Amino acid sequence: MDYFDILISILGSSIRLSIPLIFAALAGLFSESAGVFDIGLEGKMLASAFAAACIAYTADSAWLGLLAGIGASVALGLVHGFSSITNRGNQIVSGVAINFFVSGITIVLGQAWFGQGARTPQLTSAGRFAPIILPGTDAVRGVPVIGSLYANVISGNSLLTYLAFAAVPLSWWILYRTRFGLRLRAVGENPGAVDTAGISVSWLRYRAVICAGLLCGFAGAYLSIVQSAAFIQDMSAGKGYIALAALIFAKWKPVPVMFACLLFGFLDALSNFMQGRQVPLIGEVPVQIFQALPYVFTCGLLAGFVGVATPPKAGGIPYVKER
Amino acid sequence: MNQDPAIELVGIDKKFGTVHANKDINLTVAKGTIHGIVGENGAGKSTLMSIIYGFYHADRGEIRVNGKPVTVRDSQAAIEAGIGMVHQHFMLVENFTVLENVMLGAEGGALLAKGIASARAELKRLEDEYGLVIDPDAMIEQLPVGLQQRVEILKAMYRGAEILILDEPTGVLTPAEADHLFRILKVLRDQGKTVILITHKLREIMAITDTVSVMRRGEMVATLRTAETTVEELAELMVGRRVLLRVQKGEASPGDIVLSVRNLSVRDNRGVTMVDNVSFDVRAGEIVGIAGVAGNGQSELLEAIAGIRKPTSGEIVLDGKTVDQTDPAGLREMGLAHIPEDRHHMGLVLKFEEYENSVLGYHRSPAYSKGPLLDLEAIRKDATEKIEKYDIRPPNPRLKTANFSGGNQQKIVVAREIERDPKMLIIGQPTRGVDIGAIEFIHRRIIEMRDAGKAILLVSVELDEIRSLSDRILVMFAGHVVGEKTRDADEQTLGLMMAGIAA
Repeated sequence: MDYFDILISILGSSIRLSIPLIFAALAGLFSESAGVFDIGLEGKMLASAFAAACIAYTADSAWLGLLAGIGASVALGLVHGFSSITNRGNQIVSGVAINFFVSGITIVLGQAWFGQGARTPQLTSAGRFAPIILPGTDAVRGVPVIGSLYANVISGNSLLTYLAFAAVPLSWWILYRTRFGLRLRAVGENPGAVDTAGISVSWLRYRAVICAGLLCGFAGAYLSIVQSAAFIQDMSAGKGYIALAALIFAKWKPVPVMFACLLFGFLDALSNFMQGRQVPLIGEVPVQIFQALPYVFTCGLLAGFVGVATPPKAGGIPYVKER
Repeated sequence: MNQDPAIELVGIDKKFGTVHANKDINLTVAKGTIHGIVGENGAGKSTLMSIIYGFYHADRGEIRVNGKPVTVRDSQAAIEAGIGMVHQHFMLVENFTVLENVMLGAEGGALLAKGIASARAELKRLEDEYGLVIDPDAMIEQLPVGLQQRVEILKAMYRGAEILILDEPTGVLTPAEADHLFRILKVLRDQGKTVILITHKLREIMAITDTVSVMRRGEMVATLRTAETTVEELAELMVGRRVLLRVQKGEASPGDIVLSVRNLSVRDNRGVTMVDNVSFDVRAGEIVGIAGVAGNGQSELLEAIAGIRKPTSGEIVLDGKTVDQTDPAGLREMGLAHIPEDRHHMGLVLKFEEYENSVLGYHRSPAYSKGPLLDLEAIRKDATEKIEKYDIRPPNPRLKTANFSGGNQQKIVVAREIERDPKMLIIGQPTRGVDIGAIEFIHRRIIEMRDAGKAILLVSVELDEIRSLSDRILVMFAGHVVGEKTRDADEQTLGLMMAGIAA
């Protein structure tokens, strides 16, 4: 393999690995812009992955699986909303509770329903989203550099991959060009301003957590019915937290969120690639070092290179009408 | 003046638990007038206005707008009835532009593009008609407070408010900004709008209102024509007894130099030099007042002297010794007491109980300790004594500090600092957001400290306060002390110096 092929292979895998991050980070963006911290991205993603795999297997349909994943994730979003918006509970506690709950319940239900030890049965091709070959792929495959890039990185991804990249400008447009977005950002900064303008703070925040649930649903479904062909115990593997880190790294802005997620995806891909390989000048390095790399890098980035990231001012604080 | 009423309140009654915030309030405000509502903190003014604006619901009573009864369920209903409100704490989104803030809640469609154009045009019209000049694309957080308030007024006007309620609008403004606000309010009135002004500053009432209502302990005790009343009468109605508005004090008899500031320069958090080569002395038995528009370096000067902010150059000599400017605790032991400008930010921990705050900063003192532990019994006994001596209400050392009114919170800080019997007392904004009874009390205490031979440095943006308390007045402008005047300097001279025009 020459270096170019290696690069293409790592890039392709970076994109695949960053898709769930992009969906989840955008989910966090909607929720946190409205002032509701969402540490439960991880749990919602996992719940969606499980629901998507179960239904995709049972109904033998990727579309129904996706729908089920979104449904599960939105339902958990509403639970988070009920405890943190309606009952003004602590948003971090609520989110962590959701993560624990989902991590346990998916194992219990998975074992009870399918008896394969928290795994769901392998999906057939009808239960998964097939890669989409973009037009002209075969024609350009021979062209040096660009052809290879087009055929192996840009083309041949699943529908959800393209949706994730479409969701980035769409989120930007919703947040910055619509009435809903203006109000959403306002309620995360100063809910008092929204309330005195005669707009319901609760309803607005509920819509934000629903948006977050929707996007997390895509993230989870991607894990179990696109990237894999089954649900595996704790398959979200901290991606929800990495997405949160990307969100902070990107200072709560949609397009930087995408680049941050691509960076984290790239680190992940790099660590996969380097496993068991010789590192120039050093020799073979234990696998664990590479597996730890993205997380170490994340810590470093967040601690040192982000500068001051100012979260939405009213984030984490339940709104109480007072004078 | 004998026009139709713009808004009428009939028998408004509101209880919060056992607190009777509004008792059977009746009020009529005539169209096209400026109507003042005065009362001490906790008299029920803000509750009443919140009821009008739909934040709270009255237990009983009726609101009529233009003669028609209206039900104000929420702020939306109030807006529809033509009522606009400028809150004491601005309801603005700080990282939005002026335009976005004005549009919020009245965007004119699901997409912003169309609304932005019409909002821009409407802002231009309001600017032409009422002189409300502002850059629609400026970020709120970059605007001075006076302009932020203008955005609040614009928000109300944009929604077609005919009745504008302003809650303590001048609390955060400099005198010049306040004057500008009053000019705007007069223009609004002359164009037929109705303005309701809530304040506890009587001078403002006399300067701008047509009629005035006085509230005391939840009741509306009087409604008068401003031209036919006096500050003294209003003060008496507010407090329920005669009030001394001028501080009475004898001549100062300055002694030795206690505090000496030499060539002091201080930078703020952004690295901007806020105090530039300032020198002055404060002697025992005198009050030195520092006048100036907020933001001209007074805060940084105070912080440097208190040991909170490290000066970039210069020295501070306290009682003959050069002090270490990074050791506030050591400074306290040397006899320096500090009543900070912002009691919420620096003076108190609002979540603590009263007795905890009453020793905060001095809690290491042997009087409050039993070995490594706090001597709670001694602290509470001490707190109870201070409560009695300073008439802090309610007299409960176990109450959470946040539940005291602004005036009583300030008394907690004042009691803590003065009762340590310091040699040198530095005070920032001693009566900001404090009602008239407590102002009188705090001023008397400060004079007593002076007469007991203490050196006092006072910073205040209230020129009246500086003039009535100080023996010498230093004026700060752009980080420099631009001049020194005696206590009988007139307001105009000082005002010009504060604006950097005359020295």
